[in-house]
Amino acid sequence: MNALDLIGTAASNTFRSKTRTVLTILAIFVGAFTLTITNGLGTGINRYIDDTVTSIGAEDVMTVSVSQDANTGFADSSGPAEYDPDAIASDGFNRPGSTVVALTPDDLETLASIDGVLDVEATKSISPNWIQSGDGPQYLTSVGGLVDGQTVQLAAGTAPSADSDAFELNVPISYVESLGFADADAAVGQTLTIAITDAERTQHLVDATIVGVAEESIAATGAGGLVVNDALTDELYSTQNIGIALDEQERYAQASIRFDAAATDADVTALKERLTDAGYTGTTVADQLGTFKTIIDAIVLVLNAFAIIALLAASFGIVNTLFMSVQERTREIGLMKAMGMGGGKIFGLFSLEAVIIGFLGSAIGVGIGMLVGTGISSVLAGALLADLPGLTLIAFDPLSVTVIIFVVMAIAFLAGTLPAARAAKADPVESLRYE
Amino acid sequence: MTTPIIRVKDVHKSYGKGPNRFDALKGVTFDINEGESVAIIGKSGSGKSTLMHVLALLDAPTAGTVELEGIDTSTLKGKKLNRARNKTFGFVFQQFFLTANISVLENVMLPMKIAGVRRSERKARAHTALEQLEMDDKASNKAVNLSGGQKQRSVIARALVNNPRIIFADEPTGNLDTATGGNVEDILFALNRDKGITLIVVTHDDELAARCDRRIYIRDGLLVNDTTEVAA
Ligand SMILES: Nc1ncnc2c1ncn2[C@@H]1O[C@H](COP(=O)(O)OP(=O)(O)OP(=O)(O)O)[C@@H](O)[C@H]1O
Ligand SMILES: [Mg+2]
Repeated sequence: MNALDLIGTAASNTFRSKTRTVLTILAIFVGAFTLTITNGLGTGINRYIDDTVTSIGAEDVMTVSVSQDANTGFADSSGPAEYDPDAIASDGFNRPGSTVVALTPDDLETLASIDGVLDVEATKSISPNWIQSGDGPQYLTSVGGLVDGQTVQLAAGTAPSADSDAFELNVPISYVESLGFADADAAVGQTLTIAITDAERTQHLVDATIVGVAEESIAATGAGGLVVNDALTDELYSTQNIGIALDEQERYAQASIRFDAAATDADVTALKERLTDAGYTGTTVADQLGTFKTIIDAIVLVLNAFAIIALLAASFGIVNTLFMSVQERTREIGLMKAMGMGGGKIFGLFSLEAVIIGFLGSAIGVGIGMLVGTGISSVLAGALLADLPGLTLIAFDPLSVTVIIFVVMAIAFLAGTLPAARAAKADPVESLRYE
Repeated sequence: MTTPIIRVKDVHKSYGKGPNRFDALKGVTFDINEGESVAIIGKSGSGKSTLMHVLALLDAPTAGTVELEGIDTSTLKGKKLNRARNKTFGFVFQQFFLTANISVLENVMLPMKIAGVRRSERKARAHTALEQLEMDDKASNKAVNLSGGQKQRSVIARALVNNPRIIFADEPTGNLDTATGGNVEDILFALNRDKGITLIVVTHDDELAARCDRRIYIRDGLLVNDTTEVAA
């Protein structure tokens, strides 16, 4: 019997006892459906985290600050930490009142000389007093910039241009209504006034253009505040530093360093060690969200385990179904053997039947799972998860969906081997013996 | 003298072990020549079916040899054995053994499917065989819906579709009324006469046995009478 005939015969045998086959397929369906949903959950959430990672920082960027021995505010068994004249109060970055040791131009040079560091850029910390649109009310906000490779998830307009000399910024979508705009599109092109106080306590007003409106996300660029371009950053920073001695001006709470985009995890770890040896602490975006991802992966793994258990239960259904059909077809098997069909082919016939049941159950399960998953996601995106735009709770990628189908078919095949082996071993004389 | 198609030498067949051991065949020796029609006759439980299974290579003898065209069949294993079964034998059983819920045509095509014959050729040959047995109009009927005589004619079509050298028939008319049985017998003997297919019939029926060229009598696992030897 050739392969095609074998498959054809197995397929038609599968539906000889329709009720039994359909019930078995249903059991497989439940398992495959669950596996599709739980897997989709993992894909959806992790994809969202990945998108967020690209939005908060390029993957080849590390935030560096000076390592500190003692935590101010906590009792330390080794006694109080010594006063450091370079320590500055950092705003918006740490707890209010806490200090970090500032990075000086010397530190920046040291960082640049560390092996593996391609580029160092000090993070200029800017604290505006308020922002205002037209004659509207004044609001508090924070300011952040974009590092090379960072992107903003935009609701309207464009990201602030790095090359432009014009003062450009993005506002988060939650600001649109407060600032008095009808919608995100209406805000684009409008002027925003930023008030900032210098070291001599004089307030200055800077006008900038809103070029885009950013989507809110769990880890939005600029910590959910304004995202400004380099020209505006420099303007605000120099305004803020009026009245400070020049050699005192260049004090930064942290800096961004860039490393080779092709660096492996081991390379990154090695770089962090070199930074630690030099007295600095480096954190990547992945570090910040890594734990989160690990937890999601663990939860999805547990959910998947439940789905696999359901599939295993269903596979006993396959064993049972096939044993029954081997039993019913004893004579047919005997006859085929008498007619010269080899044991291997008989084995193939029955295990193929199992694989077909597995395929049908998983294909239907995956198909309906994807439909239901997509439905749930879009319903939730408009309701429960409306505050997390960009999150598709249950998402599917073709690879893992294909893997599910193949895994289920493999489980079905394994379940089928037992009855198939019994059929293959059957003695033709025994099977043909009259009752 | 030409090599006999089947040569049986001192064949023993035992079932079970130890105190439960039962000797169904206790040493039988005979030859069957190509084109003969042979009846194997004996009382119930005498070992007829056992002998037929050994001749058809469905079962191996406990001792002794069975030669097929001069080849010791104990040397045939795996693929070779399956090829020999598929190409050489056709079977007709008392209880038909048709697969109930598939069409007559599919049933008849089964041996060719096993042999790996192309589908178009399978169909053509199955129709030819069914026509020969005046069953072609029932080709697409389900086997379960046929009368006994129609079932047995389908079985004969299935037995001869692969152009076998030997047809084994175990009580081929046992489940049929006299008229229908006689009709089936006519078909089998016609195949033997016109196509030279060797016919080996296991039967209780003396009339059927009488129509054969030769009768082999079995009692308690022993060959008690062979008409050719009597004639010789
Ligand atoms: N698998 C087996 N195990 C034990 N004994 C068996 C087995 N198969 C057959 N026998 C015994 O061998 C003897 C011969 O059986 P066989 O089927 O060849 O008889 P038979 O001549 O064909 O009878 P019938 O005319 O009733 O079909 C019987 O006594 C039977 O009980
Ligand atoms: Mg018998």
